Amino acid sequence: MYPADLKYTKDHEWIRVTADTADVGITDYAQQQLGDVVFVELPQVGRILAQGDVFGTIESVKAVSELFAPVAGEVVAVNDALTSAPEQVNSDPHGAWIIRVRPSHAADLDGLLDAAAYQQQIG
Amino acid sequence: MVPFGGWDMPVEYSGITAEHLAVRSRAGLFDVSHMGEIEIAGSDALAAVQQISSNDASRLAIGQTQYSALTTPAGTFVDDLLVYRLADDHFLLVVNASNIEKDYEWIRSQLRDFDDAPAVNTSSRYALLALQGPAALGVLQSLTAVPLEEIKYYWFATGEVDGVRVTISRTGYTGEDGFEVFVPPGQAAQVWKAILRAGAEAGVVPAGLGARDTLRLEASMRLFGNDMDETTTVLEAGLGWIVGWKKDTFNGAEVLRAQKASGVGRTLVGIEMVDRAIARHGYPVVIDGHTVGTVTSGTQTPFLKKAIGMAYVPAAAAEPGRQIHVEVRGRLAAARIVAMPFYKRPRS
Repeated sequence: MYPADLKYTKDHEWIRVTADTADVGITDYAQQQLGDVVFVELPQVGRILAQGDVFGTIESVKAVSELFAPVAGEVVAVNDALTSAPEQVNSDPHGAWIIRVRPSHAADLDGLLDAAAYQQQIG
Repeated sequence: MVPFGGWDMPVEYSGITAEHLAVRSRAGLFDVSHMGEIEIAGSDALAAVQQISSNDASRLAIGQTQYSALTTPAGTFVDDLLVYRLADDHFLLVVNASNIEKDYEWIRSQLRDFDDAPAVNTSSRYALLALQGPAALGVLQSLTAVPLEEIKYYWFATGEVDGVRVTISRTGYTGEDGFEVFVPPGQAAQVWKAILRAGAEAGVVPAGLGARDTLRLEASMRLFGNDMDETTTVLEAGLGWIVGWKKDTFNGAEVLRAQKASGVGRTLVGIEMVDRAIARHGYPVVIDGHTVGTVTSGTQTPFLKKAIGMAYVPAAAAEPGRQIHVEVRGRLAAARIVAMPFYKRPRS
């Protein structure tokens, strides 16, 4: 269910590190809690994030939720496809990345949860 | 499941969008047993109902129902409700779940001067199932001998569904054709299952509170607590059509007549977002840099696929097409005032 190559936050984001960038999205648990996602508000490319910064919002029919940066870094890309097809967050939560960052503090990753620890958190 | 007015209610079964679209294209079955029922019977029952509610209940035939407001002397809402005329001198009021106790106390306090109009809270005697959507008639008809085609919109009949004694009302809160079925609580589960079984082929699905809210908003039906409450008058809520102007008097008549003559200061309007953003309950409405009102309901609607809502704005600004802004989490998002209803079902 929760891919082992991802790291997770207690706020239900995931991060997938590849070479010098990392993709960030929300977990299957988060999309289930939100229900049908209808809107993803994306940050500007180039924005510098501190770990824990709000980088956007995600809205379902019934709720609004903020998105928190799992690591510090620069936003190098945003997934514009979610603007027209936000439902991808529901259908493929661990594939539908929201932002791509270039992490500036490698140590940030050490404090994140692995799949087993995340699974345990959500019960 | 979420707590709602003292009930554990399902927000969604298969998903709000799927349920919403099912109701627009096929049918959905809602358990709305949380709604309250208060009955008033006796030789003064009509006079009592006329006093406490805004609409003209004398125009109801036996077997007919009307949308109305339970009004304060200030012309504002204690609640909104449906008034059913069960007999000449017997009325059933269907009220919002969260207001049952408040309404009941209010009604009793208002009926003290009537000799023969006792009010009874009969909420525990009814479960209420709502089958809504174009397939509703055919599916329900397969379970009852009551000729459903003959029940007109906002009329009701008694009979049996799946062998259970029920009242079938051609009403709903979705903007679709459909029925609300009053069932004895002990048989509610049986009738629920029978309807889903009978509707399986037609694609009837169970639907929850989430879809109920998006459907009613698309159909521009107000929600007490969101779109109106004890601080907003019936006219401000845009519901002048549920005021029985020909009645002698009723709670709030003076205020409402004065407002009708001089005009309201603010009014409830439909809004549609222009910028990509969703207006939500409580967000400020901004015109020319000034906060002038508040969003009362808002969502991204599954069928129309637009971000729509309702908001109070100054009456002078309330013309369709007018550009406004909604403050969404600190940012101004462009929107415009539009005519309601947002959605009107195609008539066959």
